[in-house]
Amino acid sequence: METYYHPHDLTKFADMGKGNRELWDKFMQYYGAVFADGALTEREKALIALGVAHAVQCPYCIDAYSQACLEKGSNAEEMTEAVHVACAIRGGAALVHGVQMRNVVEKLSM
Amino acid sequence: MGLTLVSRNNPLASSQEQLQRLTVTTACPPFDTTMAQAGLAPLHATGITVLQINVGKLCNQTCRHCHVDAGPERREHMTRETAELCMRALAQSDIPTVDITGGAPELNANFRWLVEQARALGRHVMDRCNLSVLLLPSQADLGKFFVQHRVEVIASLPYFRAAQTDAQRGDGVFAKSMRALQLLNNLGYGVEGSGLMLHLVHNPVGAFLPPKQEAIEARFRQALAREYGITFNRLYTITNMPISRFLDFLITSGNYEGYMARLANAFNPAAAAGVMCRYTLSVGWDGTLYDCDFNQMLELPLGEALPRHIRDFNAASLHTRRIVTANHCYGCTAGGGSSCGGALT
Repeated sequence: METYYHPHDLTKFADMGKGNRELWDKFMQYYGAVFADGALTEREKALIALGVAHAVQCPYCIDAYSQACLEKGSNAEEMTEAVHVACAIRGGAALVHGVQMRNVVEKLSM
Repeated sequence: MGLTLVSRNNPLASSQEQLQRLTVTTACPPFDTTMAQAGLAPLHATGITVLQINVGKLCNQTCRHCHVDAGPERREHMTRETAELCMRALAQSDIPTVDITGGAPELNANFRWLVEQARALGRHVMDRCNLSVLLLPSQADLGKFFVQHRVEVIASLPYFRAAQTDAQRGDGVFAKSMRALQLLNNLGYGVEGSGLMLHLVHNPVGAFLPPKQEAIEARFRQALAREYGITFNRLYTITNMPISRFLDFLITSGNYEGYMARLANAFNPAAAAGVMCRYTLSVGWDGTLYDCDFNQMLELPLGEALPRHIRDFNAASLHTRRIVTANHCYGCTAGGGSSCGGALT
C-alpha cells in the first residue's frame, strides 16, 4: 500500500547532503557533537531523543532511537518511562492551555 | 527451557545450511571484500597466545542465542585421549593461556583433569562458566576447585535484571546466576586483593549491538552491588554471532537482513585488525583445529596445508597461518569489536 513513510527511507537520510553538502556536513558535525558523551551520557541522551521522537511523532526517529537506546544498554522499562515523559509533557501542554479556555469562558460568562 | 536446533530437527542444525544463509544475503558485501577495502585481507595470525579448548556441547541450559547449539541432550564430548593430545600440544608450546569452553565445560568428565594438567604446566586457565552449573549437586565443590587451581572465571550474564536475562537464558536463570555469583564472591572471586578473577560477559538480548563496554560495566557494577551485594572484576561485551540458534532467532523474527546490515555498516577496521582469531587456536571436542569457536561451529577447519587435528599440532606452521573467514566474521568487527575478551577498541 502506498504510504508517505517507508522504513527503508531512513537509510537514505544522507541523500539530504546532495542538495547542499556544506549545510549537511555542518548539521552532521553538530548532530554528532550533541549525542557524544558530555555532562549527560550517550545513553541518557538517547533516552531523551526517544522521548522527543515520540513527542514530534517521527517514525524514523522512533525506529532509530529505539535501537540506539538498546545499543546504549537501556531496557524496555526505561524506554517506556521516556515515552511517558513525552506523553506527560504533550498531555500537560494540552491541559495547561485549558487555562486559556477558562480565561475566555470567564470573560464571556456572566 | 528451550530446545536445541538438533532436537527440533531444524535445518539450521546443519553448518552447511547456516553457511548457505550467510553467503546468499544481500544485506552486506562479502566479508572478504570489506576486509580487502580496509587493506586487511588476507587476514593472518600473529601467533598463538590462547589455546581455546571446546570440550563439548553438553549444557544444563538451552540459551536462545547459543552459537554452539548446546543443551542437556547433546552428547558430543572430548574424550580423555583427545584431552591428552591437547595437553601434549600445550607442553610442546609456550602458549600461556588455556581457555576452556563448551557447552558447560565443567560437565565434561575430563574438565578437572585438563585444568590440573594445564596448571601443572604453569599455564593460566580460564573457564567459560554459565554460573548455574555451580548450583548443580554434582558440582557442589566446583567453586573450591576453581580456587585451588586459581582458575579465571568468565561468567555469562547478559543483563543485570531478571527479565532480560531469563528471556535469553531460560526462566529462573537470573536468580540462579545471582546465587552463583554470591557463592563465588564468598570464595574470594571478584573480591579486591584476592587475585581470584571473576569477569562477566554481557551480550545483547536481541538483534542489536552491545553498548560501550565501560558504560555498561558501570551499570552492572552499580546494580549488582546495590541489589545483590555482588562484586566482579571486569565486564566483557560480546556481539551475538549470526550463527546457530541466534541465526534461527534472527530469521524467525524477521531480523536477519537488518542485523547483517547493522553489523556490516558498523564495520570497524581497528577492531578487524585485532580480532581474536589472530592469536587464538581453537580445538573442537573431537580434536579438530579451527581459527575460532565460531568457525568450529560452522565446521570451517583451518586452511589448506595446515594441521587439521590436535595430534598434528605444530606451532611453527600455525603461528602466521591464514585465517578462514566468512560473513559471520562481521560479528567480531562491528562497532567496538568483539572477542572472548570483550571489546577490541
